[in-house]
Amino acid sequence: MQIYRAHVLICGGTGCTSSGSIGLMDEFEKCIKEANIENEIKIVKTGCFGLCAEGPIVVIYPEGCMYCRVTKEDIKEIVEEHLVKGRIVKRLLEGADAPEVDTSAEQTDFFKKQYRIALRNCGKINPESIEEYIAEEGYMALGKVLTEMTPEQVIQTILDSELRGRGGAGFPTGRKWEFARRSVSDQKFVCCNADEGDPGAFMDRSILEGDPHVVLEAMAIAGYAIGADKGYIYVRAEYPIAVQRLKTAIKQAKEYGLLGDNIFGTDFSFDIELVLGAGAFVCGEETALMTSIEGMRGEPRPRPPFPAVKGLWQQPTILNNVETYANIPVIINNGPEWFKQIGTEKSRGTKVFAVGGKIKNTGLVEIPMGTTLREVVYEIGGGIPGDKKFKAAQTGGPSGGCIPASLIDTPIDYDSLIKIGSMMGSGGLIVMDEDTCMVDIAKFFLEFTVEESCGKCPPCRIGTKRMYDILEKITNGNGELSDIDDLYELAEGIQSSALCGLGQTSPNPILSTLQYFKDEYIAHVVEKRCPAGVCKSLLRYRIIADKCRGCSLCARHCPTNCISGEIKKPYVIDESKCIKCGVCMEKCKFDAVVRE
Amino acid sequence: MGSSSCSCSVADEKLLKLQKIIEENRNKKGALIHVLHEAQTIYGYLPIEVQKVVAEGMGVPLAEVYGVVTFYAQFSLKPKGQYKISVCLGTACYVKGANLVLEKLEEELGISVGDCTDDLRFSLEGCRCIGACGLAPVITINEDVYGRLSPNDVPDILAKYKE
Repeated sequence: MQIYRAHVLICGGTGCTSSGSIGLMDEFEKCIKEANIENEIKIVKTGCFGLCAEGPIVVIYPEGCMYCRVTKEDIKEIVEEHLVKGRIVKRLLEGADAPEVDTSAEQTDFFKKQYRIALRNCGKINPESIEEYIAEEGYMALGKVLTEMTPEQVIQTILDSELRGRGGAGFPTGRKWEFARRSVSDQKFVCCNADEGDPGAFMDRSILEGDPHVVLEAMAIAGYAIGADKGYIYVRAEYPIAVQRLKTAIKQAKEYGLLGDNIFGTDFSFDIELVLGAGAFVCGEETALMTSIEGMRGEPRPRPPFPAVKGLWQQPTILNNVETYANIPVIINNGPEWFKQIGTEKSRGTKVFAVGGKIKNTGLVEIPMGTTLREVVYEIGGGIPGDKKFKAAQTGGPSGGCIPASLIDTPIDYDSLIKIGSMMGSGGLIVMDEDTCMVDIAKFFLEFTVEESCGKCPPCRIGTKRMYDILEKITNGNGELSDIDDLYELAEGIQSSALCGLGQTSPNPILSTLQYFKDEYIAHVVEKRCPAGVCKSLLRYRIIADKCRGCSLCARHCPTNCISGEIKKPYVIDESKCIKCGVCMEKCKFDAVVRE
Repeated sequence: MGSSSCSCSVADEKLLKLQKIIEENRNKKGALIHVLHEAQTIYGYLPIEVQKVVAEGMGVPLAEVYGVVTFYAQFSLKPKGQYKISVCLGTACYVKGANLVLEKLEEELGISVGDCTDDLRFSLEGCRCIGACGLAPVITINEDVYGRLSPNDVPDILAKYKE
């Protein structure tokens, strides 16, 4: 085996690919060849490092230093300085503008507080190489399970670890497996939910792109535990890189005899098939997902019967989410006691969050359960750009709620989040600052639910539309106080009568914003004012006569010609014609245009 | 076939391709969505004529095929432009002003979301999170991704595809 003195790791995840990382690989190859060191340096295309905002990212070992926003022009310098002369190119490091820069990425604020279990291999191994996965203890847990453990022992291990589902609801994984084990049938199925639909959440995609084999291994373990020989991964068609890497991984695992017949020479056989979704959020709901795998409209079915009894094609089925599976092999290898040391008493282990919105370090972070929101936003996330004020964080996507600044010290775990009216969800965490209107955000999520409602049950189909209409009325400036009472009443009715989780949780964005930001609703309804300056119908633009120099710049750019005046005298906006596009304010050099 | 008029042979070729895919999947359980994905790859969209071929070939009622096609966002009943512009409307992009970028695109192209320009060059749609939240707001044009956008970037980007 060839030994290399340095490794250049280039992120090949969706974030960095979008910012141009693939082009960097060729450039590195070229420059390394020119420097005549191609036998000493190995280039590896990896999965996501997590710090997507600073992409494309290149990490060089053995130093472990992380170069950010690397362009083709930087590569010659990196090769000549770092790889040839051993001098780190400090200007490209994460946080390079700080007085003291840590050259090792692990020492930066972004990584220091993280604890990577589900993401342990992401950004570290080449996801298209089964050998690299095996070198990181890959398929060891499957070997141990098949040769040393009974299915009952496997389930007991998962039960003892107290692992809870990472897809949102937090149901104990071991209990789910136990139910399916007890169901008697010739045919059972293991499914993986990779239909990551929450807008703003992309942790599952990063695991599939960065470490696809971990999902295959865990599904085979689940198959052995419940007595299934067939698995399905239901993956979004919008994730082409993830689909490709899964295909490669399945092919490699079959070649190595780690999937297929008689795995590890035992009489256990297991096969996995990929099923592509077709763009329907409701298919993240377990019964809808199974209906979709069956090739039909992905509408949910009433439960019971639960999938562990009658799931896919009416056979006992378990469905777990990608991140849940990514925890399984480590739990088998290190034991449940090890896993239980991490996190809190009711929420063991870690959780991956996709941190986005108005925050400096957008990207993926994995934190021990119980870490506070403040630590995530200010220490790992680096705070809000432009010194704006933190207003709220939204978790749980369209089923979740907003956490206000007053609750920023809440520990992040399943039960604490439920208690304050939000939920863990799949792990989207969107930070909002003072420029975000909370009524508008509630409307944004309702619009999403209205579009994604499958239409099967009336409370969701009609109720969410009615709630959306009321929010539209309020943001247009036509709201009345009775509308707020109507929202409460509709919310209660939908929560108690909708068929599936999508409908039942759809009022949450409204209820949580009403709980913490009722004054904003009142401002819209009573004062006809949007405090954050977002809702267009409630805005007006005005020229301050004292500040206006009469340069006519605004009038020349106004698309509706609604600004008039005489040169060198104050101009005036005709509000009846104004479409509130804001061009005048953007163009004015004297800050004479105000939005109120 | 090579010497016959070209539009006709292209149509036949597409049909043969589709029929082959139907043949391979006819007896597979739950293969309808997979077949529709393939059909859309061949034709670019799923007009009613294509749905009829799939329904007959797979032995399912046309109503069921139509039901599936209209249920899933990925399937389209209308043709798409040569350049398919998708504006990510996920939460992270939304709070960073994706709707302003979308408005600018509508204005520049003179079409609304879901439509296609008359010359079939551009079609415009809003899409759910593509998972590039670190680059928000993001749009994609076919395979190209543009991130960290402001409405002012739109004209220059479109210009690249107008040649």
